[in-house]
Amino acid sequence: MGDLSKGRIIAINGPLATCEVDQGREVLQNEVAYVTCQGASLKAEVIRVRGRQIDMQVFESTTGMIVGNEVTFSGELLSATLGPGILGMIYDGLQNPLTHLENEQSFFLKRGQYLNSLDEERQWDFTPSVAAGAVVKAGQYLGSVPEGLFKHHTIVPLALRGTWEVIEIMPAGPYRVSETIAVLKSTDEGREARVTLKQEWPVKMPVRAYQERLLPNRQMLTQCRLIDIFFPLAEGGTACIPGPFGAGKTVLQQIISRYAEADVVIIVACGERAGEVVETIREFPELEDPKTGGSLMNRTVIICNTSSMPVAAREASIYTGITIGEYYRSLGLKVLLLADSTSRWAQALRESSARLEEIPGEEAFPAYLESRIAAVYERAGLVQLSDGATGSLTVIGNVSPAGGNFEEPVTQNTLKVVGAFYGLSRSRSDQRRYPAIDPLISWSLYLRQMKESLAARCDGWVKLVEEVHGLLYAGSDVHQMMLVVGEEGIGLDDLITYLKSEIVDAVCLQQDSFDVVDRATSLERQVADFLLLMDMVHHPFTFENKEKARLEMTALHNRFFQMKYCPFKGESYLKYRGEIESMIAGQGAESPC
Amino acid sequence: MLTEHSHIIRIQGDIITVPARNIGYGELAQVKSRYGVSLAQVIRLKGHDVFLQVFAGSRGVSTGDQVRFLGRPMRVAFGDALLGRIFNGSGEPIDNGPDLTALPKIEIGGPSVNPVRRVIPRGFIETRVPMVDVFNPLVESQKLPIFAAAGEPYNDLLARIGMRADADVVILGGIGLKYDEYLKFRHAFEEAGVISRSIMFVHTASDPVVERLLVPDMALAVAEQFGVRGKRVLVLLTDMTAFADALKEIAISMDQVPSNLGYPGSLYSDLASRYEKAVDFEGAGSITVLAVTSMPGDDVTHPVPDNTGYITEGQFYLRKGVIEPFGSLSRLKQLVIGKVTRADHGVIMNSMIRLFAKSREVEQKLAMGFDRTEDDERYIRYGKLFYERFMDLNVDIGLNDALDLGWKTLSECFRPEEVGIKQEFIDQHWTKDKLCEI
Ligand SMILES: Nc1ncnc2c1ncn2[C@@H]1O[C@H](COP(=O)(O)OP(=O)(O)O)[C@@H](O)[C@H]1O
Ligand SMILES: [Mg+2]
Repeated sequence: MGDLSKGRIIAINGPLATCEVDQGREVLQNEVAYVTCQGASLKAEVIRVRGRQIDMQVFESTTGMIVGNEVTFSGELLSATLGPGILGMIYDGLQNPLTHLENEQSFFLKRGQYLNSLDEERQWDFTPSVAAGAVVKAGQYLGSVPEGLFKHHTIVPLALRGTWEVIEIMPAGPYRVSETIAVLKSTDEGREARVTLKQEWPVKMPVRAYQERLLPNRQMLTQCRLIDIFFPLAEGGTACIPGPFGAGKTVLQQIISRYAEADVVIIVACGERAGEVVETIREFPELEDPKTGGSLMNRTVIICNTSSMPVAAREASIYTGITIGEYYRSLGLKVLLLADSTSRWAQALRESSARLEEIPGEEAFPAYLESRIAAVYERAGLVQLSDGATGSLTVIGNVSPAGGNFEEPVTQNTLKVVGAFYGLSRSRSDQRRYPAIDPLISWSLYLRQMKESLAARCDGWVKLVEEVHGLLYAGSDVHQMMLVVGEEGIGLDDLITYLKSEIVDAVCLQQDSFDVVDRATSLERQVADFLLLMDMVHHPFTFENKEKARLEMTALHNRFFQMKYCPFKGESYLKYRGEIESMIAGQGAESPC
Repeated sequence: MLTEHSHIIRIQGDIITVPARNIGYGELAQVKSRYGVSLAQVIRLKGHDVFLQVFAGSRGVSTGDQVRFLGRPMRVAFGDALLGRIFNGSGEPIDNGPDLTALPKIEIGGPSVNPVRRVIPRGFIETRVPMVDVFNPLVESQKLPIFAAAGEPYNDLLARIGMRADADVVILGGIGLKYDEYLKFRHAFEEAGVISRSIMFVHTASDPVVERLLVPDMALAVAEQFGVRGKRVLVLLTDMTAFADALKEIAISMDQVPSNLGYPGSLYSDLASRYEKAVDFEGAGSITVLAVTSMPGDDVTHPVPDNTGYITEGQFYLRKGVIEPFGSLSRLKQLVIGKVTRADHGVIMNSMIRLFAKSREVEQKLAMGFDRTEDDERYIRYGKLFYERFMDLNVDIGLNDALDLGWKTLSECFRPEEVGIKQEFIDQHWTKDKLCEI
């Protein structure tokens, strides 16, 4: 410890503090340093080195800091602690467990408090899976502990390079996260390494301990119809949700975090409202994970650096989340990361860039914005692990464009790198057409990419989807026309097209997040209801006049509408379904009055 | 260890620079000029140069003036003795009331609440304004601004809604407030009988610009203390755009690169750190924040309303004297609708708005001179009734009556299968045979 570099503060500008180190002292970019200030030790990260002058972003309020305060460099990069016990935790952006920060009687966060990310006392039942003499590489399994319902593999530390021989492996039994469970020896250098259940990984470096990356070709089911049917997401894929404020980004992510078919869900509340995370924190423990029957919290990790928490730690929070995601992926799990909002993370970059007096780019964002965004999304992916199994990390980022204008830099740079774009529109949210994903501007590259696996839903599924998507465009054209030439200016066929598209919109696109039945639609129901809808779309309706068309289509519309609120295959569901089937089989509607 | 310095080396905008040692970031100082004494705060340290923002402005400050560092950040007096009192924008009493110097002092702009110590708010506040109660209900601990262009009666609406909150303590933070408006608030407080449990921090339009920065922090710091002591506090802040403009002035004086229309890139964080003080404490009181955000040029995409909308839990969009159904939002509504309020509340809310959107569309279409269909007639009629019965700010009606009126209005204009409402609710609430009357 005596060797650590020291420095003294020479300037303070908000969360940016500059210090001077002795000539010739080694300082790492992104190294963690601590500034002594009013008796507390405040964590900071090196973000620029210019000769002896080191600029750091301080992860806490710098109030009271003075020129001359001492700085101690840790010699380590900003890292996440990885190991069993992360699931169910609520962390801040630096992976401090917020539940344990509940100090004294205080409601408030106190600066300079850093706690262990993992419970050091808890014992885990370790079962080895290799014997002494085995030769292993980073990421390979040495054994496992049960974490909730998962088998949490204990892996060769991700930071170890080259091949290693297992010199010693501990017998099955209870171990704390810091206790040695194996000793490895490097096959070429002869160096030894001690393995514990936990390990550290620098958050800004991607984890690459896998065999290969695979093309995402399986669906990540969200149970949101608009996404799953029209703009499907792939396991290991990426998507962004830009939208003006109040259009429904957060609600959409919340609903996905509950019902998506993932093994692990990581929620990164990055620079948004604390109240929204509170809903998750308070409700998840009470909710049941449909897959396991356990509490939903057991598959969830919350990284919470909300808008009034320090800005620099907000920048770190996304990396902390993604590193935890990569770790669980390397255990062979299907991980989904939801970040709300990446714009706040980009703004944190902008704030520090401005304080560093870097030359600003568009809207004062730094020139490296594009590469930073790309680097984050590129860490998602479907990978093949060394034992042949796969693991995946899927990332969905919310984007909060200034003025709701998608032309701004964060949205544009994000669109370049994601595989799916769910654009929320103000006009749809104003009309309470939730989720307000605009089907006319959104896209998913995965629809084609997953053509083969999607065909398991039904033969020619993608074709059908594209057909209905076409109907939505046609319906919108007719609607536009009606606004210009009036209803009398369009033909009966056009009107029918429009009314059909309105039915598709109302019962397939729109989904009520607050209705117990409608909020999540199973794969089976998605297929069954969609095929019925297709029968309606394909039905050659003939009406005497527009009046009749409206009347009968309204009756049909209402039946579809009622049906979507009925539990799948329940009595009332079957009743409405029967009525619809007989209506489109040509028997006509009963008189609606 | 109070130190005096008398060598101001730079004055730019309302920022002065003084060489000094051992000064803490954020520390407070007094600047004594021949025109009076002003508070100032350290906003940057560079070597031994200390940059201070001078709350009373730098006008009249000379290079030879004295700067006295106080060795502590900004504080404000706290205690029950504050109730009924009126302060100016720098926290000094202006009502000739008893001396408060004996009260303990609290720091302003303190750290954020640990998110795990917050609880989910569930307290519905009935305002008897149907556009609020039915469509965008207000919830205790919500942070909610009124968006309005100049000339709209936003302060009246603020006072009217605020007085319904039935809070234990009401705190007014006036930022660039016109004197008449301040008098109106006082009148409203008196009328509602809350004056004895109110505290006012009043920075008026003629006070120095930088002083605006203190008002929300003082009001919210005091609110926070009452809140942790179990009080249900309501904070009214008007006008937060004036606050943001003060941030802009400081940023420009510091030669910061602006991100949008001259506002600093930190505008979002600066506003958020204030609004996020709204909270429902676990096992203690709550803070509800109602604010006014005036919209320059009636433009919601202007950086101030835009950033605000991303921070607050909704907004009431006041336009042409009414609360616009589109653009207005209460993000906490789902926490109370159907849970605290009647089960049919949610369906009425959604369906009425959806139909009103349609009615607006028909209106536009007709304005272009197209024939009226029978359908159009009904939508137009609906739009008219909606305006008269719900939007008009003169309407003063309780939530349940408003919901009943909603059902009545729908029944008068539409057939049940047109309104997109679940059958079980139609069966319970639809007022039969109404449509045939027209
Ligand atoms: N899917 C939905 N169903 C019903 N209401 C919704 C839905 N999405 C959004 N809303 C309404 O809109 C409000 C704002 O949504 P939110 O997700 O917080 O917006 P954003 O994050 O885009 O600012 C919510 O509080 C809710 O009232
Ligand atoms: Mg949001």
